[in-house]
Amino acid sequence: MTDTKRDLLKKEAELEKGVERTRAKMVFTPAVDIIEQKDYILLFADMPGVDEKTVDVTLDKDLLTIHGSVEPETQKGHRLVLSEYGTGDYERTFTVSNEIDREKIIASVKDGVLRLTLPKAAAARTRKIPVTGNA
Amino acid sequence: MTGTYLDRIFDPWGEFDRKGRFLDRTARCETCEFPAVNVWVNGEEAVINSEIPGINREAIDITVSGNTVTLHGKRPAGEKKEGESYHRHELWSGDFKKTIQLPFNIDSDKVQATYKNGLLHVTLPQLESDKPRKIAIKTE
Repeated sequence: MTDTKRDLLKKEAELEKGVERTRAKMVFTPAVDIIEQKDYILLFADMPGVDEKTVDVTLDKDLLTIHGSVEPETQKGHRLVLSEYGTGDYERTFTVSNEIDREKIIASVKDGVLRLTLPKAAAARTRKIPVTGNA
Repeated sequence: MTGTYLDRIFDPWGEFDRKGRFLDRTARCETCEFPAVNVWVNGEEAVINSEIPGINREAIDITVSGNTVTLHGKRPAGEKKEGESYHRHELWSGDFKKTIQLPFNIDSDKVQATYKNGLLHVTLPQLESDKPRKIAIKTE
């Protein structure tokens, strides 16, 4: 039970060894679902606080990076008395194989969830290869 | 708060505050229940913010009773259909219910809640009759 609960918490993004962050903002790794369908790969990422203007999806060679920028939570004239989560940016990078049709990737955001549709390239769709016997 | 003994006794937020600061320093609540909340206060109201991505506005129930507020809702499971496979499955789904106790009685008529971009924001004003009152001293 404890483990499930811990999974619900936001994870701070890991940095490569020897790399330092220069900004005070925290960066979190968003939780994702990646579902493979027949013609598409769907990616969902929980990024509460981002909208279509503050989320960036970039594809550089075979690295697909999702980045969401969130202003730290403040409440003017109030003080924080209980803090169970931190606020900050989201970032996560995936490698994408050649089987994705890069031109046709679709991204949308709804209720703090990013949805990416990655269509499979025509050539990569499963084909059934007939096996012929040696007659 | 200057931190004298009497102040500590009569500061209703004291315990809450110290707990909050403690959590701030540690890994931010290892045992808390979904959804995680941040509670902000000033003298008149409390503001509860929570990150609940991916659910319908209509699917969140907020009930207020006395000095407690309960967040209740359900996030439907993902879009996976038969014959499809998960490469990653990290998103959370299911029922949730969380009760937060505040150190004052809430004016339930004036509670306001908004849900935007996966962020729930609830403003809970203190009941007027609960607020400290200044007593004028009459001269005889």
